[in-house]
Amino acid sequence: MPPEHAERAPAPAGRAPGTWWGRLHGAGPVIGLVLLCLAGTALNGDFATLDNALNVLTRTAFIGIIAVGMCFVIISGGIDLSVGSMAALIAGCMILVMNGAAQAIASPVAVVAVGMAVALALGAAFGLAHGLLITKGRIEPFIVTLGTLGIFRAYLTYFAGGGAITLDNALADLYSPVYYGSLLGVPIPVWIFALVALAGGFILNRTAYGRYVQAIGSNEQVARYAAVDVDRVKILTYMLLGLCVGIATLLYVPRLGSASPTTGLLWELEAIAAVIVGGTALKGGAGSITGTLVGAVLLSVISNILNLTSIISVYLNAAVQGFVIIVVAFLQRGRR
Amino acid sequence: MKNLTRRLALAAAALTLAAGAAPALAQQASQKQVVGVAIPAATHSFTAGIVYWANQAKKDLEKANPGLQVIVKTAANASEQANQLQDLVTVNKINALVIFPFESAALTKPVAQVKSKGIYVTVVDRGLTDTSAQDAYVAGDNTAFGRIPAEYIAKALGGKGNIVALRGIPTTLDNERMEAFNAVLKKHPDLKLLDAKHANWNRDDAFKVTQDYLTRFKNIDAIWAADDDMAVGVLRAIEQAKRNDIKLVFGGAGAKGMVKTLMDGSNPLIQANVSYSPKFMYDAIKLTAEARLKGQKLPATTIIPSVLITKENAKQFYFPDSPF
Repeated sequence: MPPEHAERAPAPAGRAPGTWWGRLHGAGPVIGLVLLCLAGTALNGDFATLDNALNVLTRTAFIGIIAVGMCFVIISGGIDLSVGSMAALIAGCMILVMNGAAQAIASPVAVVAVGMAVALALGAAFGLAHGLLITKGRIEPFIVTLGTLGIFRAYLTYFAGGGAITLDNALADLYSPVYYGSLLGVPIPVWIFALVALAGGFILNRTAYGRYVQAIGSNEQVARYAAVDVDRVKILTYMLLGLCVGIATLLYVPRLGSASPTTGLLWELEAIAAVIVGGTALKGGAGSITGTLVGAVLLSVISNILNLTSIISVYLNAAVQGFVIIVVAFLQRGRR
Repeated sequence: MKNLTRRLALAAAALTLAAGAAPALAQQASQKQVVGVAIPAATHSFTAGIVYWANQAKKDLEKANPGLQVIVKTAANASEQANQLQDLVTVNKINALVIFPFESAALTKPVAQVKSKGIYVTVVDRGLTDTSAQDAYVAGDNTAFGRIPAEYIAKALGGKGNIVALRGIPTTLDNERMEAFNAVLKKHPDLKLLDAKHANWNRDDAFKVTQDYLTRFKNIDAIWAADDDMAVGVLRAIEQAKRNDIKLVFGGAGAKGMVKTLMDGSNPLIQANVSYSPKFMYDAIKLTAEARLKGQKLPATTIIPSVLITKENAKQFYFPDSPF
């Protein structure tokens, strides 16, 4: 968000006055994204079409929304490794509930509404559980969420009998516009992604809660002495992330209408990568939602370009992604 | 001194062998057989099918043969499976092992250990790196899995058109299928494979890869998805892009949802499939158990054929209770 950039920009400029390098720091993700888009356009003319841009933004919506929540958790000095499994389990439960409710409730719209409410409630509840274990249980977030990473996915696999949980056809047809529909020519997931990002930016930069999150991340003890209710803020942060995972699931389920044990595999790493590539420090304290958005889009653009071209061996796709992530992180390393 | 040690060691080895062989012989005489089954845990549709068919085999075979016990163990990774092998040998005292190795290289030594104790070993699907560690090998037909779709597509398009392919996770098995597919295309110079990208046997990845194919190629006649899970993502991407140039989507492995679609004729894009059913797990256990009960051996290699599934024969490949 602009205000925090305005606050921070003078500092590096002061260290390296007038040099292009000084100004480059912090703009790393944006520069990386622009370079990638230029490369994409040069490699394939179809890259720069509106349809392709909307495809990329739409598929970024899942990771992007989760990354907004992840941004809060990382700024507060925490981490959540379970979001991919959590999304998969929420998707599975949501489909099971909707299939079950379809027997009992006549109106399919109400069934979908029930499903959506369940997804959001589950997300918040899982987040609450994480928050309580981390603050009241005094367990490292890395360990708590490493544990739930396994738990969530195992339960999904159990519910699915190892196969896939599939949404009833009639419901799937009714629900699919949530992913495939568009408003004013822009797909609905992109709208929701934008709303979540705006809300995230507002909460982080304009509310007391947002300032507490940043304060706890930079120095938890000082925040405690300053009478910040650290436990409450941390719990809320994990709940916020859980809610974001729930919202992402609302968009995920109508896409394929099913959840399987491979759903959401490695999403946690993509979300964390989006936040870090976007300039948020892994040790917490400072970060921005704008950067996170750029980071998330950047990650999708890389795989999009790799799919649109065939100049690199298919075995090296993951390597290209790794290289780009490291280069972008290098471009903005001055802010750590 | 050296000689003596060697002789002692030899004598000890001979004794162990004799001791090991004696109870095995006695058991064979009384027709008592314990078959251990080691398979990967159900983490995706296909392995869920493997687990389902292994348990099905246990149920059917134990019912038909009172002297038979089948013990099924599922493992989440290679080292867990290696531990289970030790348990099967020392605790369960198995006479025969049917194993679907989690990984080829990592399980070769542990399986060789089992065989060295006089236990009959049947390896299923993923081969070992050293075949002397097994008595028999039972597998699906990966060459046919790639060849049959290519032949079907070539025939359906009249030998002319544009194809894109979605591959699985980069593995030798995936290479084998792709090579077989390419070999058929070579015979049809007017069939063009525009690109083949990895979508990792995953619905989400297949959706993205297909979206990008559709952006990149304005004219596609057929898509080979190389797996029914990926075909689900492919179909949704085509639907979303509202493209009607694509005449054919060929999945693979005969997942129940796709076979059902085929039976109902509910999607004109889905016209055929190729079998690669996890049911070969059932066949492998059955073949091994029945041969061992009679004291016989299996042929060194048994390939469960992959065959073309069409609307006409789809019923034989539809297993509604299987998770796959």
